[in-house]
Amino acid sequence: MSFTIPKEIYSGKIKEMSVGNGDKSVKVGGESTFPFLTFEGEIPNIPRIAVEITDVYPEDWADPLKSVYGDIMKDVSGWAKYVEEKIKPDMLALRLIGTHPDRQNRSAIEAADTVKKVVDAINIPLIILGSNHVEKDTEIIQKCAEAAKGKSAIIGKAQEANYKTFAAAATSCGHSIIALSDLDINLAKQLNILLTQSGFPAEKIFMDTMSSALGYGMEYTFSVIERIKIAALMQNDTMMQMPIVNDVGIEAWKVKESKDTTTEVPMGVMWEAITSMSFLSAGGDMLIMRHPEAVNIIRKTVNKLYIK
Amino acid sequence: MALSGIQIFKYLPKTNCGKCKFPTCLAFAMKLAAKQASLDDCPDASNEAKEILGAASEPPIRLIKIGTGEDLYKVGEEAVMFRHEKTFYNPCGFSRMIKDTDSTDNIKLIISNLNDFVYERVGQHLKVDIIYIKNESGDKDKFVNTVKLVQAGIKRPLILDSSNIDNLKAALDICADKKPLIYAANEDNYETMTALAKEKGCSLVVTSIQGGLEALSVLTEKITGLGFKDIVLDPASKSLSSLVQELTQIRRAAIKKSFKPLGFPVIIFSGRYSDGDRLLEANISAIGVSKYASIIVMNDTSREIMIPLFAMRQNIYTDPQKPMQVEEKIYKIGEANEDSPVLITTNFSLTYFIVAGEVENSKVPSWLVVANVEGLSVLTAWAAGKFTPEKITKLVKESGIESMVKHRKLIIPGYVAVLSGGIESKLPDWKIQVGPREASGIINFLKNYAA
Ligand code: SF4
Repeated sequence: MSFTIPKEIYSGKIKEMSVGNGDKSVKVGGESTFPFLTFEGEIPNIPRIAVEITDVYPEDWADPLKSVYGDIMKDVSGWAKYVEEKIKPDMLALRLIGTHPDRQNRSAIEAADTVKKVVDAINIPLIILGSNHVEKDTEIIQKCAEAAKGKSAIIGKAQEANYKTFAAAATSCGHSIIALSDLDINLAKQLNILLTQSGFPAEKIFMDTMSSALGYGMEYTFSVIERIKIAALMQNDTMMQMPIVNDVGIEAWKVKESKDTTTEVPMGVMWEAITSMSFLSAGGDMLIMRHPEAVNIIRKTVNKLYIK
Repeated sequence: MALSGIQIFKYLPKTNCGKCKFPTCLAFAMKLAAKQASLDDCPDASNEAKEILGAASEPPIRLIKIGTGEDLYKVGEEAVMFRHEKTFYNPCGFSRMIKDTDSTDNIKLIISNLNDFVYERVGQHLKVDIIYIKNESGDKDKFVNTVKLVQAGIKRPLILDSSNIDNLKAALDICADKKPLIYAANEDNYETMTALAKEKGCSLVVTSIQGGLEALSVLTEKITGLGFKDIVLDPASKSLSSLVQELTQIRRAAIKKSFKPLGFPVIIFSGRYSDGDRLLEANISAIGVSKYASIIVMNDTSREIMIPLFAMRQNIYTDPQKPMQVEEKIYKIGEANEDSPVLITTNFSLTYFIVAGEVENSKVPSWLVVANVEGLSVLTAWAAGKFTPEKITKLVKESGIESMVKHRKLIIPGYVAVLSGGIESKLPDWKIQVGPREASGIINFLKNYAA
């Protein structure tokens, strides 16, 4: 018996998205094979990393995160600049957690004002995230989208109950959307269908299928991503060919293991890195992360995997 | 590869004698193909038939055992590429590298750390599974002494690595009964190494000096040709990108093409690609967990590295068919006492994880009553008529919560606020309070609730 490399034949391809403008713009997705398998298909873009900041001081963040940034976190434009200059991610993710009714309940105008400050502070592409409160996100997203008009940003997260508002805001301001579904391949597909049927271009949708943290349901997310990629690449299902975003930082730092700071490197750093790596191994195209050291680990690994 | 009924039929006696309790050989062949009968039931089957049909029913990736008795680790027998198809079967083993060039004190320290490190997570006691002893020095006495030191200090399955066969023999003289995995046979030494492994009853790593999977499969065929099959593969990939590609190619060749020469578990060395960076090494190991490594050798096994890797392995090797449920019971969160708040939710495991996590993050000690609604989330369970006032009433009465708290206040999820009236009419002593709709609101809710 002699060995021949067993290759898969892929009939589909993930859509390639472009975000941001000018020389800082970033392409995401575009692959025609499973992760790492460049011997049988193209992976034109390495997985992208966005680093997260918040509109208000994130009281609830774990200590290792707070100690990385210190007082900079109290000034959103300073924080944004620091991330761009020091961590050098592909994108910046601004989470408007202060708009949540249980938090500071900030208004659409205040939120848009924060977006404007961040837009003015950075050159890399921006992801604008609400607080995932369906009604409140619906209320603020149009104004926030306008504050970044023309920047080819990404706005999120559109859910089944408010996707029309997100689609309208994105369309009027030239942005893409992150569509959030509830850890289920059919729900993910359904939301993409709803969005495209409403006239929103498929080429401007990112999928977030919910990212459960390592040890807390990570395997569900892992398998949902793998199944989506199988449908997209092997069955050429066009409603599954949107790049996948994994919102990792927020989940990885929530678990109790990540509060352990007795080790040399805080456990949360490794929890975030390995949760991220799990999703990249399943087929995730983009990560939203928090800790610079976790970002660093992922970046080094990705470089070794993809840059010859 | 599985054979069809017709293919199996060719190898049967074709006498239709009926001793197998089937009327014809063909009928029996069909049952064999469907795995509803065993060839043992045909007394007249030829040896050729037994061999061919036996080989066809072997798992595509061979089961390999390292160690013996209580210190036994099993790898291999995997059947799928994607975990949603079928459970990833034998969890990959994490192995700690110990080099005989290290000082005695240092090796003792590593051993004592490994002994101390047992981590409990969802009912499993997790520890570094295997110890890898490398004859880095090339010196026989150093190697043997290191093996002695490890043997005296800790009970774990072993892997013995030396390029010098005499050194390996000397080490095996003191631990062959523990059935260590031997590293490694290559083009130059495979005959003596195979003879040694056979003699000692140990498994053997096979690696090609020439490199590449073609050369590796030529080598394993030579070794199996010597009548030895307990093989573990080291693809000795040149870069991380070729490692992950070759791991996939090996698994695919074995499972999808029934390519026997690569139908063995794979050992990887994360440190070969990590430039001495222990965090990078950990992350490379993480790729190995989900992408088909069976043994992962690491230079660093600190807590912050192993605990996430243990969690990842548990996740990846979970049965995908297993309903996503947690047990119906009262979960104590923090130092809850008779005055602590009581919350109720459903037993969909993610619902439980998220709610319990937020309650814990609120730092308000609480009781979380989890209702068995067959693994549905709150809203779905309510819509399906499984999370009802009757169900909640029964649970409150039977769970024992009434004897655990002095108060009679029950917090229900905001999404099922409509149930309040129904529950209160059935549980007149209890006051129903409506909590937040989303788990993200729990911290605030409990903080204000406690105040
Ligand atoms: S016992 Fe064997 S030979 Fe007889 S009918 Fe069954 S299969 Fe055929």
